[in-house]
Amino acid sequence: MRTNYEIDEAGVFLSGHHACAGCGEALAVRYVINTMGSRTIAVVPPSCIAIIAGLQPNSSMHVPIVHGTLESSAAAAAGIKRALVSQGKDGVNVLVMAGDGGTYDIGFQALSGAAERNEDMVYVCMDNEGYMNTGAQKSGSTPHLASTASTPGGKLTGKKNIAEIMAAHRIPYVATATVGYPDDLARKVAKARDMKGMRFIVVLTPCIDGWGLPENAAVGISRLAVETGVFPLIEVEDGVRYTINHGSKGVPVERYFEGQKRFRHLSPEQIAQLQAEVDEGWSLLQSRVECGPTG
Amino acid sequence: MLLTGNHAVAYAVMLARPAVVPVYPITPQTPILEKISDLQLAGEFEVDLMTAESEHSAMTACITASLTGARVFTATASQGLLLMHEMLHFASGARTPIVMMNVNRTVSSPWGFWPDQTDSLSQRDTGWIQYYTESAQESLDTVIQAYRVAEQVMLPTMVVHEAFYISHSLEPVIVPAQAAVDAYLPPFDPAIRLDPDIGRSWGNPVNQELYYRFREAVGGSMDTVPALAVEADAEYGRAFGRSYGIVERYRMEEAEIAIVAFGAMAGTARVAVDALRAAGVAAGLVKLRLFRPFPIEAMREAVTGVPKLVVIERNFSPGAGGILHQELKAALCGMDGLPKVHGYMAGVGGVNVSPKRIEELTREALAEEPVPQSVWRR
Repeated sequence: MRTNYEIDEAGVFLSGHHACAGCGEALAVRYVINTMGSRTIAVVPPSCIAIIAGLQPNSSMHVPIVHGTLESSAAAAAGIKRALVSQGKDGVNVLVMAGDGGTYDIGFQALSGAAERNEDMVYVCMDNEGYMNTGAQKSGSTPHLASTASTPGGKLTGKKNIAEIMAAHRIPYVATATVGYPDDLARKVAKARDMKGMRFIVVLTPCIDGWGLPENAAVGISRLAVETGVFPLIEVEDGVRYTINHGSKGVPVERYFEGQKRFRHLSPEQIAQLQAEVDEGWSLLQSRVECGPTG
Repeated sequence: MLLTGNHAVAYAVMLARPAVVPVYPITPQTPILEKISDLQLAGEFEVDLMTAESEHSAMTACITASLTGARVFTATASQGLLLMHEMLHFASGARTPIVMMNVNRTVSSPWGFWPDQTDSLSQRDTGWIQYYTESAQESLDTVIQAYRVAEQVMLPTMVVHEAFYISHSLEPVIVPAQAAVDAYLPPFDPAIRLDPDIGRSWGNPVNQELYYRFREAVGGSMDTVPALAVEADAEYGRAFGRSYGIVERYRMEEAEIAIVAFGAMAGTARVAVDALRAAGVAAGLVKLRLFRPFPIEAMREAVTGVPKLVVIERNFSPGAGGILHQELKAALCGMDGLPKVHGYMAGVGGVNVSPKRIEELTREALAEEPVPQSVWRR
């Protein structure tokens, strides 16, 4: 079997966890925690990640994990790091792995506050574009017109651009990544791990159940998200230096939608509208790169 | 030194040497935060002061810093305490010995800034130890004692004093020497903490049986608090010359009625008791200092042989009445020679309750039979 990626994995993440078969998020957790390494303390709020991490007395990760409350992950990580520093243990990494609900929505105040204070942590948002652990309800990350359990007719408003929101805090590092590009994901986690201050990575993690995908589709659909320009992979340093790592290859968005039940109801007009939105977002992103210093 | 109650608390915090202090400003707590900031800037207090973006985050950071093995402190009031509510439960479940100062202030709506104990009393089921204090000196001394008790039982502890009456009033306060406090309060160094070398986690989902056992363990620790609080207070007395007990009897010799009060109301009631005694009325005061856990045995002992009690309150639980009145009746229920208990909601919302008013209410209670409910008496 051909392996198309090379990652130095620390073996922190174990098999036998509770994720659904084919889960894109479990793959992301593996790449993230294995890259962060065993000198890490993790904060995990209620989310699919908490289920993947395990029920007491089991744990799928060889690192200490605090299962905090849904809205407080960034504050929880800040408290851990400050206590470690007070004990002279600056070398221990503090990592948040939160879902999109716990990041874009209820956890945003704590996240923004931590970013403003430039707290020393790696915050990874595992973005499956909805409250998938509670049965696939809409979140602030759910895309425009996607059907969810709480927006069965399609969400009427768009997805927040969390990367740009975080970049606007002028924190040292913001990146987007996805499981279809594991080398890029692991490189970004390693880069963030070796920096100081607030580092934020949003990882698109396709959800088999919530998106309505076959069990073998998570990686392929995440590559389509990039190649259509729906979810470009970028880095933003100090809030201004934009780099596009992988972007649109001009694949029509319809190719991304057609494999997912949550977009099955779209009319040709709606698909055309969403194509226009993606095109606009892609050209706006390219202008950010051109406007900023090259990096 | 001449200090306000809030500044006395800031000095107590400095003497207790917390490593991390996450805090968010709110009236009437802010002078605590400001004084800690000043002491830090002056180089007198080496501390990591985290200016959180909310009380919820301040309490969250307290919990995780404590789980990581740091001694922590925070302070709040009113709405800020209510915003923390979720994390207050989390803190006791996580067995984090946080010490927090709450400055009692009315809760909205409508808005008010006045002394009223309902903010902290409404948190009585969150698993926090609660002390109520009567003076700036007592607040300082109690914060130091609170760390000792909290770290013995690994439960969070709230020290509470009232807005303005205590928080902003200047009183002569003795600030103990650092070396003496260090001798009284050893460094916080828990064996189990968040550390990759230890490998322990906290908070992952449990089954019903485990949840039951965790709660039972919290209860078991709570039950040991009255004795430990008495011991911590007695040793404090030996080291510093001041002690308070957990339930204090004031001029209770052959009392035909006892005023039961806590917080600043106890100070006012002392003056009323002196006046009543001078007028030939055999009245005394029972002051409650430890409210959670409610010291049932100490309270029963304090009121044994007293035919009547009158609770003068500065708090209100709609549908239940004065909270101390209800708690007191529950604590005494079934005791031999059960006293008759009157409950007056006199100071709700910060309405001033003068010594003269307490005298009047005490005379009224002496003359009348009590009703089961708490009664409004402004």
